[in-house]
Amino acid sequence: MSKNSTILTTVLTIALIAIGVWIGENINLLPIDASTNAPVYDELFKVLFTIGAILFLGITGLVLYSLIKFGRKPGQKGDGLAIEGNLSLEIFWTAIPAIVILFVGIYSYDIYDRMGGMQSLGASGHEHHAMNSNNKVWGGIGSSYSPGQTNKNEVLPPIPIEVTAMQFAFLFHYPEGDIISGELHVPTGQPVTMRMESKDVIHAFWVPEFRLKQDVIPGQPTILNFTPTKAGRYPIICAELCGPYHGGMRSTVVVEDSEKFNEWFNKNSKSPNLNT
Amino acid sequence: MTIANTPLKESSLQPKGWFRYFSFSLDHKVIGLQYLVCGFVFYLIGGLLASAIRVELTSPISDFMPRDVYNQVLTLHGTIMIFLWIVPVVNGAFGNYLIPFYVGARDMAFPRLNAVAFWLIPPAGLMLISSYFITGAAQSGWTAYPPLSITTPAAGQIIWILSVLLLGGSSIFGGINFIATILKLRRPGLKLMQLPMYCWAMLGTSILVVLSTPVLAGTLILLSFDIVANTGFFNPNLGGNVIVYQHLFWFYSHPAVYIMVLPAFGLVSEILPVHCRKPLFGYVTMVYSIMAIVVLGLVVWAHHMFTSGTPPWMRLFFTIATAFIAVPTGIKFFNWVATLWGGRISLNSAILFSCGFIINFVLGGITGVALAQVPFDVHAHDTYFVVAHFHYIVYGGSVFVIFSSIYHWYPKVTGRMLSENLGRLHFALTFIGFNLCFAPQHWLGLNGMPRRVAEYDPQFQLINQISSAGALLMALSTLPFLWNVFESAFKGTIAGDNPWNALTPEWLTSSPPPVENWEGEAPLVSEPYGYGVTQAEFEQSSISTYQEDEHQ
Ligand SMILES: [Cu+2]
Repeated sequence: MSKNSTILTTVLTIALIAIGVWIGENINLLPIDASTNAPVYDELFKVLFTIGAILFLGITGLVLYSLIKFGRKPGQKGDGLAIEGNLSLEIFWTAIPAIVILFVGIYSYDIYDRMGGMQSLGASGHEHHAMNSNNKVWGGIGSSYSPGQTNKNEVLPPIPIEVTAMQFAFLFHYPEGDIISGELHVPTGQPVTMRMESKDVIHAFWVPEFRLKQDVIPGQPTILNFTPTKAGRYPIICAELCGPYHGGMRSTVVVEDSEKFNEWFNKNSKSPNLNT
Repeated sequence: MTIANTPLKESSLQPKGWFRYFSFSLDHKVIGLQYLVCGFVFYLIGGLLASAIRVELTSPISDFMPRDVYNQVLTLHGTIMIFLWIVPVVNGAFGNYLIPFYVGARDMAFPRLNAVAFWLIPPAGLMLISSYFITGAAQSGWTAYPPLSITTPAAGQIIWILSVLLLGGSSIFGGINFIATILKLRRPGLKLMQLPMYCWAMLGTSILVVLSTPVLAGTLILLSFDIVANTGFFNPNLGGNVIVYQHLFWFYSHPAVYIMVLPAFGLVSEILPVHCRKPLFGYVTMVYSIMAIVVLGLVVWAHHMFTSGTPPWMRLFFTIATAFIAVPTGIKFFNWVATLWGGRISLNSAILFSCGFIINFVLGGITGVALAQVPFDVHAHDTYFVVAHFHYIVYGGSVFVIFSSIYHWYPKVTGRMLSENLGRLHFALTFIGFNLCFAPQHWLGLNGMPRRVAEYDPQFQLINQISSAGALLMALSTLPFLWNVFESAFKGTIAGDNPWNALTPEWLTSSPPPVENWEGEAPLVSEPYGYGVTQAEFEQSSISTYQEDEHQ
């Protein structure tokens, strides 16, 4: 490589990385974030989007440049260069994806941990439940405590909710007030731990604004933990094909401040107010 | 040990003329074309179903067809495109046509098994499609997850299972045949590391087919017992476990992705060097990366199940295994770009579709690595983001390569050239239509549109209409293609034996080739990619032509 083309390659690489970073920082493809989980997710998304943009633009650029630069001009005859390979180049581009993958893997493990993926399930909120006699509880992600708070003892206790999915609706049962609701009501800033089971086929509980999804399975309870952060009404969407009305299997999660939530809770509660 | 070429093969006694394409022909070239044309007919049917889906999705309410019909349509679309179009064409069609040439044989190792493998496909496909008219087709998606597949109408689901079993059987027969042909029918003197790359791709793919398809067959048989005999393998009401089905299903159906893309990787590796006039860059690393993809491809299945209640250790294992497939895949893409670099590239339809494949597949691969990360997947799983991702892999990847291959090998098969102008029009419509259809779906998925729905949040209507407009372009793109293929068969320029000046063995015979493949002995091609000139000659040929141009 001549000195000029080395400089040019370096400049182009830096420009490419700058464009990738700009895209990752400025193009938002996600809905608003309304749980403690969501900003952590968005951080991962930004990193993946940046790396992806750099790789995609880089390779697309190389393909287009090659087609223009090495395209056969009218009247040109003869073959291209007889290059069969280049060991150091090949080692180089084995190393690039390997390093990127390693970085992405370690980073997303960290994100997974921060989302509560490595916490043991059922440890929070369900111990005092009679239902917990069935130890076969799987799955789940999402922290039941707010990551900002370092002292877990100061965190409010999680609200237990039992979710039943059926063709084609979700039912939310609050054992503490014996409330059954078709809409999910949760307060901001307090962890929620949901134990979910399906009556018929597999459904999936998804709130895009929470960046969380968990299948709701017949014969196999699953757990989903989250802490809402922003008041608002967000869609609950069934994400697993469950029959003809699958597309209509939607509900709403109403996130409100704890005062309004308590008002709703006390109004609907059938047992004395346990929610202090 | 290799079996020497037999002087005369049975197929030379078979019917001649157009009728042989409808007969139980034993000629690998006839069978290859039977696979291709049959696959293309199913592609048109699958495309019609896709159009119906895109029409339904132009409005946020379910208004174009009844909801249960919509689910039948999406089930048929997925099943047809995978099992009747891409798998049979990238494997059966091109494999049958090319592999005997590439190993220097006059036919496949087991010609009768080969014909049986093909003739399983039309009845299986007809059965599947007729179920829609007779009993109503299956409506649990191509994944047929229980308990939905147990509780939806049984007749359609059972017919679906039977046809997928037949197609799986066809696939296994084909796989065994390819392995035997590549390993045992090589002409004397031809070493493994001299084989064209498509042979390696087909060897790897066939290993995957033979190892994983029987698992799908077993699983579907158990599922059919649950449906007709009230057994409880996967039925939770009878003590069965629905998650076990998913593990078994994806043990086949993830490798199925590689069964659809590895042969495409092989075909691109044949096409690029010919039209770039350059050796395939990094032959040895290409071979190793195919084999690495085969091994890794078998241990990544549970990444389809990150939200299924999968324990954390399993989620992490499958994240890591899946992400690492990007390494051998990445090597292949860099090697193809390096094959373009420094070439003298003819910008014809074959090259355009191959380069379109590289660009599309890189995007599909990037979203694939993202989806492999558990924390990313818990949001994006089962949404239109995933729909976009896998269409970038199987359409942007495999189908683009199928078209590239048709432009490349049509002169060999018919003896006539395709029209380049119609080919470029076909490419432009397909590339723009495809990206317009599927790129916006990434956004739809991330913002809250799940897959497999007939109705959705009205805020997504505009983006869905853009996507449907792209689908319309894709549908239109088949018109210039079909016109080109039919018109050129009669009026195309005579191609001659080797219009591309290619070096692989199928070009070293007449176009179309004789029944025996070569008049005399099979040629020994020890350097299938021996193109290219030195730097000095390359610069000389660039400069001298520029000067010639100036004099004109
Ligand atoms: Cu559902």
